Amino acid sequence: MIELDNVAYSYGGDDLLSDISLRIQPGSFHFLTGPSGSGKSTFLKLCYMDLTPSSGLVQVFGQDVRGLARDQVALARRRIGVVHQDCRFLDHLSVAENIALPLTVAGRDVEAEKDNLKALIDWVGLRGQQQQRPPELSGGERQRAALARAVIMGPDVILADEPTGNVDWEMSQRLMSLLIELNKMGKSVMLATHDLNLIRTTKNQISARVLRIANRKLQLAGADL
Amino acid sequence: MKAVLASLMELLRGDVQADRVVPPTGFTATLTTLTAGAMAFLAVFALALSFATGRLAERWSSELARSSTVRISAPEAELEAQTRAAQEVLRLTPGVARSRILGDEEQRLLLEPWFGPDLPIDALPIPRLIEVVEEGDGYDAEGLRLRLAAEAPGAVLDDHTRWRRPLVEAANRLRFLGWAAITLIALSTAAMITLAARAALAANAQVIRVTRLVGARDIYIARAFVRRFTLRTLIGGAVGTLVGMLAIALLPSAAEEGAFLTGLGFVGLHWLWPLLIPLFGAMVAFWATRSAALSALKALK
Repeated sequence: MIELDNVAYSYGGDDLLSDISLRIQPGSFHFLTGPSGSGKSTFLKLCYMDLTPSSGLVQVFGQDVRGLARDQVALARRRIGVVHQDCRFLDHLSVAENIALPLTVAGRDVEAEKDNLKALIDWVGLRGQQQQRPPELSGGERQRAALARAVIMGPDVILADEPTGNVDWEMSQRLMSLLIELNKMGKSVMLATHDLNLIRTTKNQISARVLRIANRKLQLAGADL
Repeated sequence: MKAVLASLMELLRGDVQADRVVPPTGFTATLTTLTAGAMAFLAVFALALSFATGRLAERWSSELARSSTVRISAPEAELEAQTRAAQEVLRLTPGVARSRILGDEEQRLLLEPWFGPDLPIDALPIPRLIEVVEEGDGYDAEGLRLRLAAEAPGAVLDDHTRWRRPLVEAANRLRFLGWAAITLIALSTAAMITLAARAALAANAQVIRVTRLVGARDIYIARAFVRRFTLRTLIGGAVGTLVGMLAIALLPSAAEEGAFLTGLGFVGLHWLWPLLIPLFGAMVAFWATRSAALSALKALK
């Protein structure tokens, strides 16, 4: 679904990532770890086409991203759900409207899909907050709303960038259980986190590969976790 | 054509959900509506000027081209004889359909704007005037002058070309200036809307970024701005046009003094033309916003 082949990314003359190769298969679960600033977010941005590689090949759903027109990128992004660390909400919209935003921009009738929307809001436990504005939500509620927005289009892949970074342990576990549930439904999940405890706890519940970015390169993490 | 109508209807119907995504920017919204109104108001006057000068040029060139005057200034004792001689010359001149001596009352009316209504015309040495109406290709003015000089030395032929030509030229130039003003108004409107659209796009950079990340196509984002600016221009333009038409309608009648200036206005079906101004403005806004939005979105990473 998403394939990186010998990818490098540099910015301002500095190499941030180099020699990155990975294939995200349908139904897979990947953890992506590494210290802050190691390039986890950059890696995810390459996957959802927010950045283009300096060299190497990135293919999304079989298409080389360098040859994609802007509209094709938009269409491909509808098949990738992204949970950003800072959530990226539109603060003038309600929580429900933010969750439904991918439907809205895809030109789908939100009113016709209100049952699905309601079910999704219930699934992430935000029924009482759906009419609030994003700034009124707690950190955990924001992350759950972001997760709901990421999955509302029924994406094939979910990329989550430090979704548990600003929430307590209990909320982390709740978010992880939602992601695991999605993976069991056949979605591929790539979760970037620096929280090794979270990885250790979750690894027991699911078959997941753990990748680490160190010295700008992607490595398979092993028993040291 | 069907596709254009469909997209226009879609634009007018709007999309409540999409409109919510891009928050309205009050400042540019008010400015756009106000400026569109002001521009439409000016366009109504420019249009009225074009039509009025067009009418003037047409009237002067058609009416005056078909008529001329023979003025007879002679001692009182010879005036009647020279008038008869001049009329005889005119009667025999090819290209002259008819000629007639202007009566005292007509002459008094001609002089009234300058000397007032109580002019004692009998007591003044006013020359006798003969109105000459042409036919076909008109007459040979030089030949007529020579014959008049021989038969009635006090007769002077005024075929109006001396002052008619610059007046017609001036009227035609004014008409051109009216249309040039309308073009400039349209260009200024386009420039103003482009700037306002760019300001609105810049103010909504974060919204654009987020909507793109969740799969919005550029045309979707552009449409939200295009619809908003087109409708604002349409509304502002409609109000400005109505106020302009009202102002034109309330101008003093052309029959009163200063007919040249107060003749500014519309006649008959010409009153329908200003109604096109808001639609034209909306079209200008549509294309200006669309091109501004798409080029700005292309430039935005």
